[in-house]
Amino acid sequence: MGKDKRKKMHLSKMYSIRRNGFEEDLSQIGGKGFSRVVHCNENGGLEGINLQNYADNYVRSTKYTPVTFLPKSLFEQFRRVANFYFLVTGILAFTPLAPYSAVSAILPLIVVIGATMVKEGIEDWQRQQQDHEVNNRIVKVHSGRGDFATSQWKKLKVGDIVKVEKDEFFPADLLLLSSSYEDAICYVETMNLDGETNLKLKQSLDATSSINEDSKFNNFKATVKCEDPNASLYTFVGTMNFQEQRYALSPQQLLLRDSKLRNTDYIYGAVIFTGHDTKVIQNSTDPPSKRSKIEKRMDSIIYFLFFVLFLMAFVGSIYFGVVTKDDLDGSRMKRWYLRPDDSDIYFDPDQAPLAAIFHFLTAVMLYSYLIPISLYVSIEIVKVLQTIFINKDVHMYDEESDKPAHARTSNLTEELGQIDTILSDKTGTLTCNSMEFIKCSVAGTAYGRGVTEVERAMAKRVNGEDRFDEIVTEAYSHLSVKGYKFEDERITNGRWVNEPHSDVIQKFLRLLAICHTAIPDVDEETGKVTYEAESPDESAFVIAARELGFEFYKRTQTSVTFKEFDPKSKKRVERSYELLNILEFNSTRKRMSVIVRDDEGKLLLLCKGADSVMFERLSKKARQFEEKTRDHVHEYADAGLRTLILAYRELNEKEYEEFNEKFTEAKNSVSADRDDMISEVTDQIENDLILLGATAIEDKLQKGVPETIDKLAQAGIKIWVLTGDKMETAINIGFACSLLRQGMKQIVITLESPEIIAAEKAGDKNSIAKVSKNSVQKQIAAGKAQIYASKSDAYALIIDGKSLAYALNDDTKNEFLELAVGCASVICCRSSPKQKALVTRLVKEGTGKTVLAIGDGANDVGMLQEADIGIGISGVEGMQAVMSSDIAIAQFRFLERLLLVHGHWSYRRISSMISYFFYKNIVFGTTIFLYEAYTSFSGQPAYNDWYLTLYNIVFTSLPAIALGVFDQDVSARLCLKFPLLYQEGVQNTLFRWRRVFSWMLNGLFSGIIIFFLCMKSLNPDSYDKNGKTAGMEIMGATMYSCVVWVVNCQMALAVSYFTLIQHIFIWGGIFLWYLFLIVYGALPSSVSTTAYKVFVETLAPAPTYWLVTLFVVIASLIPYICFKAVQMRFYPGYHGMVQWIRHEGRANDPEYFQMVRQQSIRTTNVGFTARSIARDKEFEWHLER
Amino acid sequence: MDQKNKNSKKPVYSKFSQQELPAWKPILTPGWVIASYITIGALFIPIGLLAWTASDSVVEIVDRYDEACVPDDFSKNPQSYIQNPDIKKTCTRSIKVPKKLVAPIFVYYQLENFYQNHRRFVKSKSDKQLRDVKAENDTKFCLPVAYDYDNKPIVPCGLIAWSLFNDTYKISTRGKDISIEKKGIAWKSDAKAKFGSNVYPKNFQKDGLIGGATLDESIPLSEQEDLMVWMRTAALPTFRKLYGKINTDIEAHDTIKVEIQNNYNTYKFGGRKKLVLSTTTWIGGKNDFVGMAYISVGGICLFMAINFILLYVFRPRRLGDPSYLSWNRHPIT
Repeated sequence: MGKDKRKKMHLSKMYSIRRNGFEEDLSQIGGKGFSRVVHCNENGGLEGINLQNYADNYVRSTKYTPVTFLPKSLFEQFRRVANFYFLVTGILAFTPLAPYSAVSAILPLIVVIGATMVKEGIEDWQRQQQDHEVNNRIVKVHSGRGDFATSQWKKLKVGDIVKVEKDEFFPADLLLLSSSYEDAICYVETMNLDGETNLKLKQSLDATSSINEDSKFNNFKATVKCEDPNASLYTFVGTMNFQEQRYALSPQQLLLRDSKLRNTDYIYGAVIFTGHDTKVIQNSTDPPSKRSKIEKRMDSIIYFLFFVLFLMAFVGSIYFGVVTKDDLDGSRMKRWYLRPDDSDIYFDPDQAPLAAIFHFLTAVMLYSYLIPISLYVSIEIVKVLQTIFINKDVHMYDEESDKPAHARTSNLTEELGQIDTILSDKTGTLTCNSMEFIKCSVAGTAYGRGVTEVERAMAKRVNGEDRFDEIVTEAYSHLSVKGYKFEDERITNGRWVNEPHSDVIQKFLRLLAICHTAIPDVDEETGKVTYEAESPDESAFVIAARELGFEFYKRTQTSVTFKEFDPKSKKRVERSYELLNILEFNSTRKRMSVIVRDDEGKLLLLCKGADSVMFERLSKKARQFEEKTRDHVHEYADAGLRTLILAYRELNEKEYEEFNEKFTEAKNSVSADRDDMISEVTDQIENDLILLGATAIEDKLQKGVPETIDKLAQAGIKIWVLTGDKMETAINIGFACSLLRQGMKQIVITLESPEIIAAEKAGDKNSIAKVSKNSVQKQIAAGKAQIYASKSDAYALIIDGKSLAYALNDDTKNEFLELAVGCASVICCRSSPKQKALVTRLVKEGTGKTVLAIGDGANDVGMLQEADIGIGISGVEGMQAVMSSDIAIAQFRFLERLLLVHGHWSYRRISSMISYFFYKNIVFGTTIFLYEAYTSFSGQPAYNDWYLTLYNIVFTSLPAIALGVFDQDVSARLCLKFPLLYQEGVQNTLFRWRRVFSWMLNGLFSGIIIFFLCMKSLNPDSYDKNGKTAGMEIMGATMYSCVVWVVNCQMALAVSYFTLIQHIFIWGGIFLWYLFLIVYGALPSSVSTTAYKVFVETLAPAPTYWLVTLFVVIASLIPYICFKAVQMRFYPGYHGMVQWIRHEGRANDPEYFQMVRQQSIRTTNVGFTARSIARDKEFEWHLER
Repeated sequence: MDQKNKNSKKPVYSKFSQQELPAWKPILTPGWVIASYITIGALFIPIGLLAWTASDSVVEIVDRYDEACVPDDFSKNPQSYIQNPDIKKTCTRSIKVPKKLVAPIFVYYQLENFYQNHRRFVKSKSDKQLRDVKAENDTKFCLPVAYDYDNKPIVPCGLIAWSLFNDTYKISTRGKDISIEKKGIAWKSDAKAKFGSNVYPKNFQKDGLIGGATLDESIPLSEQEDLMVWMRTAALPTFRKLYGKINTDIEAHDTIKVEIQNNYNTYKFGGRKKLVLSTTTWIGGKNDFVGMAYISVGGICLFMAINFILLYVFRPRRLGDPSYLSWNRHPIT
């Protein structure tokens, strides 16, 4: 029954909706860009033929289709220079140029490419699964004769009539025809599109508003002509021909895909844009493929290695050419045993330059072992495993939403360890988007004993334990009302009547119950009232009023009814106030009012608004509580609370009538300055107010946000907040999460100054732009001057969206960036999604540092995609951010573990692994090169073909992968205890050129040592007791054994975390080599060629082999051990110091631990640590005075 | 409740997935460093001494004869000497024996500046042909020594076999010939698997340029040990190959006479030829390098150990001193 009642309400009267589109736009219909024609309801039901040839509603986010998979993914693979190089050498290997057999050359490439392709395939398949889920969602579609049948989203066609019910997503862009409300309005939540959480109101054309039942669609026919698909979310131009009349359409009638129907039972709509034509999909850009900085640097290293490789080949070729030419002098041969007189082209002395060129190709193939072919695939495997660890981490699992962390792309894990700046969204990321009424100040008295998240965090830091925990849980045991956390025995349970100013309290609470636009919903069985409000603040007020005994329970077009406790009769009485006008909230007014007539016939204006606008509107006479209220508001703001001032005034009939006349006139005006007119009228009436008090709402922070921000600040990460919210809210949250604090100098850049407003009023666009730009530049310059004047202070930069638009211009952006980087925290408010992305790009490109963006809404998508790494919050329903993020976590606080633990580990692992890969390939390559030098650069390797092949993919890869997956320099616990450890990644200490080159040098030395020691000790005298000498196969196998041993032992020295897995892989790699030698040697000699029985017959029985292996290995490792021992003892990195602390068992000695930590903590300007330190200082300063 | 847990996406706890596997976390403490250096030193020096004494007990006689065997008239142009088939190539060398050579004494020829490891050379053979009598036409890698003038396949084909070393040595002491045993000089696996017992040399060194030695066509390849030794290509341009074994002792201060057939042409490419007589021990022939290397590595390790001890004594590190941190030295701006 309640629903019927609601249906008849004309809620639209509460709002001042602008009705029509502009006429000039309509003239474009049918022209270029406006050619779309949609015949509604003519698809003849579900099985009908699609008359209208538009895209279907299937949305595809996969990279490949089954057909394109092979060519496209292969193409992707060979775009990598290294892979392309291996492809070329693989093809060349089939020519006689090859120094080894073709199969042995092509096999590693196949393995590597195959593994990568399998990975690509699996990832794409997972994407396909997600698409499948979305495309198969169910919607009700008109199937003819007034029947609606369920169908899948993907089957939807342009022109279909659909029925969408409450809390469902719109399956396509729909034209609103009618809704469950009589005046055909509906509420839409567009969080997925723009991240705004307040509901938007849409209303259909009057002409179709009566078609609001299934059966009425039997004969419905209409033709819509409109613009072609485009990405603009806020415009829509079109006309509808209905019953031989032409109506203009506006965005007001368009319901966009991925937004959600709220507070409305159902709507009917005609499908206008489907699938990839919809505005939201048009808006989404292809996710950029991101590559981490380490990988980019790795590419440069690979280019460097290519350079070295070609240089080596070049030098060799020249030498080879000279020697080859020298072999034949006329008809006289020198090295006759090579038959230079009768040579093929590759060794022909008569054509030595050509032979040299061919040799160059051979050498390029031979030295290919310098380039770690398996590096890319190993990195990919490692990263996939790292992401599995991230996904499986129980510490990043959110019990409430049942969501573990989910790394969607695996190629950025190490980037997590190098974050310099975090750009964070606010709503849904830092805050829960749930508001809780927690404190209030009435008649100059502060009420409310609740503890805010910030206060708790600070107390915890000061006392080292959660002192509030017990009190709070105790206090909450009896109240678990969402949106309400008010606790004060003076007020609750009707005790407010005993307070000194009980009359003011009564008015205060009544105002809360009346001055809003919420709609009550009474549960008929329990009698409980719930509210549907435009914003969570609103509902918090109404709920607070209800909990304190002023239960608003009924709204009609003209009245507001609530129950209250009457102190005189000691009974609950019902009061109904006549609702005359609603003066809406907007960002310039910063207040809202209602005008009501109470049950005694008195006219009242009730007003609530921001302190900045409210205090100046107070009546001169009624300021008795002002001082105290101001103090309280200040206090609340510092505790991170949102405050509103409540005030009222009584109106006399004449005043009201005058106002109402003007107001109605302004409302009905269609001129461009309609909004100005309205605000002027309301300005006049909202004056001479009498102060009641102030409310404090906690924009509830997500769990653990202050702690996390503090930890991240200690780790040296800068945190910026980019929010679409108003400046006041943003500043409040800045306080709440300790990004701002008292004593921090705020540099506010805004365009709310009188001159700008004046310019705006004048309306000349050019002059507005000019004045605004000048103003922004001036403010930026002033801010910079301020920072340079006194560097010791902490600054905070707060900039609003309008100014940001100018600050991001090409000529000012660098100035702006300099200013922003000089500030300890930066808050950008009122920023559009595009601006968020631009700021992200500015920081990323301007500082050259790694930038992480974190957000939860569709308005963050641009930012997430632009950032080096985008984190989506998956706690809420909207999936847009998650879908475009690289990693999704359920809560902001998991960022701490994600960065400090997983990020640090991944960074360390990947950089160590890459360095190691270069090292091991250089060792191997060096031995190949040196040996070739001893064969007069003829391109002969000492190693059997299969030794060459298996080096990278079997004997040495597994330990490297184990290093990349499992190594931990410092345990997770200590990573979190010593957040500064994170700076190793930010400053890239583990992968700077110096370190990479020292690894390469180490490889070079090892290679040289191995080669020369083997050569000297094996040649030319006899090798065993039986007088045999060492031929090429013995030299090759011995040298190779040494390389395998050295490289694996080096790995053992580099690993700082030996689990069983490491042992298995490292020693297993060596064991595998011997196993391979035995097995391969046992194969027929046609297969094993030079390796035939080489181990069993020649190597193993000879003591020399073992002796040589032993001392070559030790000799090659000594330089590294020396270096490492000295470094560890005398120049340890931060991780080294933490290892010492752990090693000496002091990690559990809190005093000592604290000392080390304190010493190493950099002073931070944000976070509650900094806050409480600043506060202590101030306190001391006061004491001294 | 159970139902609920089953559907929960909570990751399953395991030490593996939480990366909490028990692990050994070694760090290079002074103790470890010093102990391992001392251990290595203590291990290597004795091994080195053992290897050294072993090598020292080996008696090795090396005689370079390529220059000396060229008659004085030809010393300016040794090639015209070696290429002239009419000149007798016999050359007799007398060598003093400094120490007693105890049987078995191994006889080697040593070639220098001979690139047996040249890619063109290494590839120029046919493993199949050597192994299998039916594959005598498998000569594709053997060019230009694959077919004779009648276009019949050469067995064994290829440059390696063609350039087979063909100097011969006859050794006598006190006027008595010492027999050089040519059996057992090749690796057993070669004779068994790589060289066929039913493959006989064919058309070998018959026409065209003659490279090196000829082969007895009545003996199967699996018994041609000189060929087998030669065909295990050497790793480096200076190499020794086993020529034969002497199973009688040669007393110290004896003079041995070697009658050399100096056939092999090393003059063209500036190579050298040496005759080597050597005994062996467990580490093989005379090889001071391994022993030296062990002793030096061991010595270096001990030296490092002492250094580290001194370092740790004189420069004790203050623990947790953050001034070591690079970013404290260069504070972040």
